[in-house]
Amino acid sequence: MAFEEKRAWVMILVSVGAYTLYVATVLGRAGDGPLADISYAGTLLWTIGGAIVAAIVAHIAMAIAGGHGADRADERDREINQVSERIGQSLVVIGALAALVMAIAELRHFWIANAVYLAFVLSSVLSSVAKIMAYRKGGFQTW
Amino acid sequence: MVKPTQVTNAIRALRFAHDEMTQAELADRVGVTRQTIIAIEQGRYSPSLEMAFRIARVFRVGLDDVFQYPDTEGDPS
Repeated sequence: MAFEEKRAWVMILVSVGAYTLYVATVLGRAGDGPLADISYAGTLLWTIGGAIVAAIVAHIAMAIAGGHGADRADERDREINQVSERIGQSLVVIGALAALVMAIAELRHFWIANAVYLAFVLSSVLSSVAKIMAYRKGGFQTW
Repeated sequence: MVKPTQVTNAIRALRFAHDEMTQAELADRVGVTRQTIIAIEQGRYSPSLEMAFRIARVFRVGLDDVFQYPDTEGDPS
């Protein structure tokens, strides 16, 4: 398995794991009142920060475990990365548009922040899935 | 539109003809990962022109001896 494919699997695990932890923590605070009243900002920032740190640590650990040159990337890796990032970014745009509409509709900050966070997570997962598919099936080249 | 590559290659045969060169050895000499050589051999990846030349250079043959493209597919319409 290519090193970048392993990284894509790690990104899926880290993104989904961090988001699941966030949702479980925030919903655990839910009482009888509206969801938008729940304290969420600190948990959101900590899980995003934790996911970034976990992905970096996993990358370093895989590079060390793989030995010298394990994380070497060539032009195929760069092409796949560009294509998968572009696919994933489509969800960031959708998330930004959703946040824009929610802001215009004057929804609570809770919903806007959570829409953007969900878009980040889905973008990361979609990008990683696209990367894995490109490594396994090929077909990412348009000629 | 994404289409499967029409390019075929003789890398596997050339490797065996050159003292059963391993994929790892070819990858090192071309400057790519072993996974990329595997993907090219299996037709899952079309290398850039520069990489194609580097592969041909390792085997000391011409580009046409390594990579082939169907005649009918290249006709201008």
